[in-house]
Parts: sequence; C-alpha cells; structure tokens
Amino acid sequence: MESILKIDKLEKYYGSRSSLTKAIDNISFEVDKGEFVAIMGASGSGKTTLLNCISTIDKVTSGHIFVSKEDITKLKGNKLNKFRREELGFIFQDFNLLDTLTAYENIALALSIQNVKASEIARRVDKVAKELDIKDVLKKYPYQMSGGQKQRVASARAIITNPKLVLADEPTGALDSKSAKMLLERFDYLNKELKATILMVTHDAFTASYATRVIFIKDGKIFNELNKGDDSRKEFFDKIIDVVTLLGGDLNDAL
Amino acid sequence: MLFKLSIKNIARSIKDYAIYFFTLILGVAIFYIFNAIESQTVMMNVSSSTYEIIDLMNNMLSGVSVFVAFVLGFLIIYANRFLMKRRNKEFGIYLTLGMSKRKISLILFLETLIVGCISLVVGLVLGTALSQLMSLLVANMFEAKMTEFEFVFSSASCIKTLIYFSVMYILVMIFNTFNVSRCKLIDLLNANKKSEKIKLKNPWLCVIVFIISACLLAYAYWCVTSGITDMQTADKILIPIALGAISTFFVFWSLSGLLLKIFMSMKNVYYKGLNSFTLRQFCSKINTTVFSMTIICLMLFFTICVLSSAISIRNSMTSNLKTMVPADNQLDKTLDLPTDSGYSKGIIDDSKIPISKTLDRLGFDTDKYFKDIIEFDLYASDEYLIRDTLGSSYDEIAKQFPYLDYDMAETFIKMSDYNKLAKLYNLEQIHLSDNEYVIVADFDSWINIRNEGLKHNTSLTIDGITLTPKYDKCINVFVYMTSSHINTGIFVVPDEVLNNMPRESGILIANYNADTEEEKQEIEDMIIATENSPYALNTDIEASTKISLYESSVGLGAMITFIGLYLGIVFLIASAAILALKELSESTDNKERFRMLRKIGTDEKMLNKALFRQIGIFFLFPLVLAIIHSIFGIKFCAYLLETFGKEKLIYSIIMTAGIIIFIYGGYFLITYLCSKNIIKDK
Repeated sequence: MESILKIDKLEKYYGSRSSLTKAIDNISFEVDKGEFVAIMGASGSGKTTLLNCISTIDKVTSGHIFVSKEDITKLKGNKLNKFRREELGFIFQDFNLLDTLTAYENIALALSIQNVKASEIARRVDKVAKELDIKDVLKKYPYQMSGGQKQRVASARAIITNPKLVLADEPTGALDSKSAKMLLERFDYLNKELKATILMVTHDAFTASYATRVIFIKDGKIFNELNKGDDSRKEFFDKIIDVVTLLGGDLNDAL
Repeated sequence: MLFKLSIKNIARSIKDYAIYFFTLILGVAIFYIFNAIESQTVMMNVSSSTYEIIDLMNNMLSGVSVFVAFVLGFLIIYANRFLMKRRNKEFGIYLTLGMSKRKISLILFLETLIVGCISLVVGLVLGTALSQLMSLLVANMFEAKMTEFEFVFSSASCIKTLIYFSVMYILVMIFNTFNVSRCKLIDLLNANKKSEKIKLKNPWLCVIVFIISACLLAYAYWCVTSGITDMQTADKILIPIALGAISTFFVFWSLSGLLLKIFMSMKNVYYKGLNSFTLRQFCSKINTTVFSMTIICLMLFFTICVLSSAISIRNSMTSNLKTMVPADNQLDKTLDLPTDSGYSKGIIDDSKIPISKTLDRLGFDTDKYFKDIIEFDLYASDEYLIRDTLGSSYDEIAKQFPYLDYDMAETFIKMSDYNKLAKLYNLEQIHLSDNEYVIVADFDSWINIRNEGLKHNTSLTIDGITLTPKYDKCINVFVYMTSSHINTGIFVVPDEVLNNMPRESGILIANYNADTEEEKQEIEDMIIATENSPYALNTDIEASTKISLYESSVGLGAMITFIGLYLGIVFLIASAAILALKELSESTDNKERFRMLRKIGTDEKMLNKALFRQIGIFFLFPLVLAIIHSIFGIKFCAYLLETFGKEKLIYSIIMTAGIIIFIYGGYFLITYLCSKNIIKDK
C-alpha cells in the first residue's frame, strides 16, 4: 500500500523552558492510501494539536510530516496555502461554513479559490451533492439547515477538491446521534466507494468504530492501536470500549 | 475597581476603534479651528468695510457651528450605538457575574468621560496647532498683509468647544444608561450567536422598484436642469429634493437585491476566486444598511455641491471684479424727483442738478481729484414697461416665468452717452441708424428672455418714432459697476428719441487722479468724508467704488468659502466615519469568516484583495450615486448663482475632488488597514 501520510518522531512543546508542556511527545505512525483512521484520546491528550500540525495550521517543534513523500514542515507562506487547498480537505466540529453563502456557494468556494471554471464547478458540486445526499439543500443558507446537513455540506466542501487526505476534527461533536450516524455512514461510503483517505480525531468510541483503524493517544504519546480487520462494526466498537476502559479516567467520561 | 475596568476596556479597544477616537479628535479640532477664526481676524490689518464682512462671517460661522454640533452629535451617538452593540457579550458576562446594571452604566459613564476628556484635550491641541496654519489662509483670503507671525490661542473658541462637546458626551451617557437599563441578559449573551438571516428579495420586485425610482430620479434631475424655469419660488425646490432622497433610498434597496442576481447569473465571474464571498459580504450588509447608505449618499451629495459652489463663487467673484469694475468710482442718484414723492425739499431740489454740481456743493473738488470723468443720464417712463418691449413673445414668457415683474419701466440710454461709456470701459462702440435700438444686458436668464423679444423683431414707438432691433441678440455688457452680473437690460437708442423722455437717474463715472494705491485710498476717504458735509442731508447720491466693491467682494468670497469648507468637511468626515465604523464594527464577524477561508487554504493575497474590494465597494457605492446626483446639483447651483458668474467651474470641481479624495480616501485607507490588522491571524 502506498503511504499517504507519514509522521516521523513528531514533537510539539508549549510554554517556556521552566514550565514545558509536551503536547505531542515523539509520535510516529503512517496512514496508507484508502485508510480511514481515527485518533482517539481524552481532552488534553494532544489529538487536536496533532491534527493542527498535520493540517499546517500549527508549527511543529521537531520531527517531520510527509504527505506523499513531501515534507510539509518545510513549507512556508503561499506554498503552505497551496498545499492546504490542493492536497487537504477539512471538516471541523463547528462546520465552519460561511453564513453569508448558500450551501452550493460554500462548496464551490473550495474550487473557485483554485481557479476552476464555473462549468466544471457546477458539474463537480452536482456530483458530490448526490454522493452526500444534500442536493435539496444546495440553495439554502447555513442557518436554514440542520446540524447534520451542515456537516455534510462541510464534508462536500472538503472532498470536492479530490484531496489526498481528508482531516476531520470531531466531526460528530456538534451533532445529535441520528445525524452523527448518517454522517458516519457517508464517511464510510466516501472511504469505501471513492477511496478517500480520512484521518479523524474524536473522543467518541461510536464515531471511532466507523474507522478501519484507531490510534489511541494519551499525554502526547501513542498508547495503543486497533485494527478493524474483518470484525463487524459492533465487535470493533466493543474492542474500542475495552481500550478506553484501559485508558481509564478521562475518556470514560466522554462516553 | 470600576475605574480600572473602564481604563482597561479603553486600552483594549483603542486599536479596534482607533477610527472612532480619530474622528472625535478631528471633530473637536475642526470645531475649534472654525470658531477660532474670529480671534484671528481681529489681529488682521484690514479696512473698516472688510471688518464689517468679517463680523458678518463670524456671526454666520457661529450660527453654522450650532448646525455642525447637531451633525457631530448625531455622528457620536450613532457611532456609540455601534460600539455598544459589539460589546453586548461583555455586558452579559458582567451581568452573569452579578454586577448590577447601575454599575455597568457607571462603567460606561466613566469610559465616555475618559474618552471625552482625552479627545477634547488632544483635539484642542491639534486644533490650536492647525489653526496657526488656518490663520495664514484667513489672511490670504482677506488679502490682508501678515505683518508677522503671531501665535493665536482663542480661549472663547476653546470654551465653546468644551461646552458643545460636553453636551454631546452627556447625551451619549444618558443614551448609554437608557440602553443598559433596557437590555435583557439572554439577548446580551446570545447576541453573537444569532446567525443573520439573509433574505433575497424578489428580483422582479427589485427590477420594478429600480425602474420606478430611476424614473423618479430622472424626473428630479429634469426638474433642476431643463425644467429649471419652473423653479421660481423656493418651496418648489423641495419637490425634487424629496423625490431625490426617496428614490436614492429605493435605488439602494433595489440595487442590493439586483446586483447579486446579476452577478450570480454571470457564473464565470461569480465563481472566480473569492468573488462570490466578497459580493455576499457586501449584500448581506447592504440589506441592513440601506438607510444609512442613503443618508451617507445624501451627505456626500451635499458636501460636493457646497464645496464646489463655495469655491467657484469665490473664484468667479474675484475674476468678475477685474472686468466688471473698470473705473475707480461711479456715483449715481435719482433725478427729477416729483414734488409729492415725500422726500425733503432739499433732496428734491438736489435731484434737479447734475452729480458734478452736487459734488461741488458737498465740497469735493472734482477737477482736482477726478480724471476721465463722464457724466450721463438714464431715462425711464411708465409708458414703456417690460411687458411692452417683449412684444408678441410676452405671453409665452409670462407663462414660463410667472413670478417676474413685467410692469417695471424700462431704462433707456442715449447712444452718444453709451459710446462715451464704452470708450472709457474699452468696449465696442454702437452705431445706430435713426430707427434702430439695441439692448445691453449681462444677466443670463434676462438675456434669454429679451432675446425672445428681439427675435420676434419687436418694434418700439417712442415719441412717434418707431424703432426696430438692430441685432436679434442682446449685447452682453453692463452699465453700472457691480461685482456681479445683474444688468437685466438697458435700451440704447438714438439721442433725439429721448428728448421728451423723463430722466430717471444721473451717473458720473471717473477715475481717481492718482498714481499709487495710497493716494487713491486718500481720495476714496475724502469721498467718504463728504458724508459729514452739511449739504449731505440734501442728497441721496450713492457711490460704488472699485476699492469698496473689491473689499466687499473679497470678504463675501472668503465668507462663503469658509462656511462651505466648514460644512463640507464636517459632512464628509461624518459620512466617512459612519462607513468606516460600520465596516470595522463587523470586523469580528469578518475575522471568523476570514479565518475559515484561511483554513481551507486561501492565499493571503487573495484574502487581502477580497477585503480591499469589500470595503472599496462599500465606500464607492454611495459615492458614485452622490456624484451622479452632484452632476445635476452643481448645474442647479450654477444656475442659482449665475449672477456671480460661472467661470472656473472645472477648477472648483477639481478642488472639491481633491478634498474628497483626501478625507474620504483617507478614511477608506485607514479602514482597510485597520480591518486587515483585525483579520490577521495571530
């Protein structure tokens, strides 16, 4: 399998020399093409910091991040922006849709900042809307949509550019359980049918159980790793719960 | 504790609301500068007649100041309301922490007090510094010689500024207290979460409204230009003004809906880069700000008209003088007053003798002090009224200008007298055959009226002799020396025609027999001194001298310029500041939006471009409509002020444009830079 993302001895420190916080403490792992990886951890475990480093929103202290062989920790300025808009797709917990634009325009924006032609934009938005089942909300504004619809629109915006890697930060965090389930099924579809590579950060075992692999983080270090293999989703969920119990305290609360 | 909180609040927001402080300081400074002109003019070395005008100017400036104070007060309260809105969440937190509303009011009170004190002190210091520059302009305007530079501080103006602005700040405090006592905690806390609803207007309704308001606007434009002849009374101008204001509102209202629709249909433009975002940003705002856009547009329109008219009046007045006052002195008096006219016997007797003789009796030696003397009489009779001389064109003209008085007697001059005058003034001589006449006039609209009569070849019968026009146009010439074009028409006819016509007035025109300005001034003073002669009671002789006309004209020009500048600049600042504050107060929303755009990988350059365009359109939109209004407004002003002459309009427009670019453009740039700073990712 081709490796899309390779994280090599990544470290991220906060604070000064006297009171140093190691948000990420020497983490290394790889994500292959077509994988759906969930990163789990309690709040404060460093999972969001990790995602921010991968998405180039935050700078690393040491170590390297390779996205298809390119070391993105070396990128600067407009190259960073170019990398972000061409190679990555983002899905955020609070959707991050522009409230002044309709769903269609929000999705189209990801393409128009790459200077894609309007006719091509229309074709691709139409296609992705069908896949994510949001065709009937395209003309609506974010305030007219439900949380689930908003998150699917945000997902459409994330994958319409055919990114190498889709990064999702607590995508179900602001959704009710029904919407969350629906969204995750769409993720599953994107992953299996469209071969999208997804890296998702969550503290919710149910959400994580949709992934093909789960990496557990505690105090900035990798604590455990689970592969779904041939398990059913229910079996995988039980396994995740076992690890969560093992992790103890914090994450239990999140259940 | 509360005081500390207030200080901290100000210190924190000073960067975001720099433009608010800046505007306050500017307002204080301008208020001070224009009120301080009085004490600067006192220092100047000018003649007494100039002093009278300066006095008038200062009175008018202080009257205008009251109006300006209202504009600034409105601006401050309006701006303050914005800033309060942005802080709803902060107040909500104070309330949840258990602070009483009274204490919040106290915090706001302290904040206003501190901001007020700082802005007053800084503004007054700035004003004092700038008013030193202003004194140069004042001296230049009144053509006074600056003997030496003197530092002027006007304590009267300073106190006035303090009082006016204190009243404004107290109003703001009352307003704030009222606002705080009314608000609900839940609204305060949720203020930021409320996602705004964007209503797309029905495009067909927009098209219809747009067409109707465009038509109304066109009609208003027509009223003040082509249909201007109907504007004979002041109240009629209210109709096009009201129409213009209302249609401005609806143009903005409909355009905001329409523009988006139009651009959305141009898919290749709309979905290019951040265009869709920029346009939506603009439209989401204009939906809620149509009203303030209208106000701003009208204020800009007002500014442009006032500034350009004021500058052009001054310019044309100065240039008029050079051509319109060719001789040093012109004396005139009414002749042949009837015995039952109610005047004293002395005056009636005096009205029988020529002016030169009157001067003699006043003890003024015309031979010694005057040269190039010409003396002639003007004639008029109730038998020849304006309605008669217009001939067959009268009915139509009376319909067009119903408010003119057509029952006034026409004035006549002998051809030989006119030619004497023409020789002195360096004008072309008029040669008439026995049955011809010519009209001389320089009041444009009257020239047009009279030309109608001349075109109809209207004949005149005087003393049995029938005269026909020599030309089908008036000759553009004046007879009386004045600073403006007010000669409504004088008939030049062959000498013998007037033999039996009653005399109306006598005129004596002469140059002073002197070489230097000082000597001329001495002679002028001597003429003024004849007022004290015992015979002065017995004559109503009047003098128009080059020196006095020049002084009053310069003074009047300066007065108009200062009042125009004062009003224009204040309005300009008010409108630009409202726009800037509106834009900046939304920066928090924008910050979120731009952060989102940055996250999905938009280039910094693209973001700045979008921000620049967004603010640019916001500033440009009202300005463009205001400029279109002004094209017609300035034409209308030029018509109203045509007696002052209409040369050099281009120059005044360039000056106005310069002032607008400087102030309005300056506000735009500051707004852009501040916004850029706010949306910057830290």
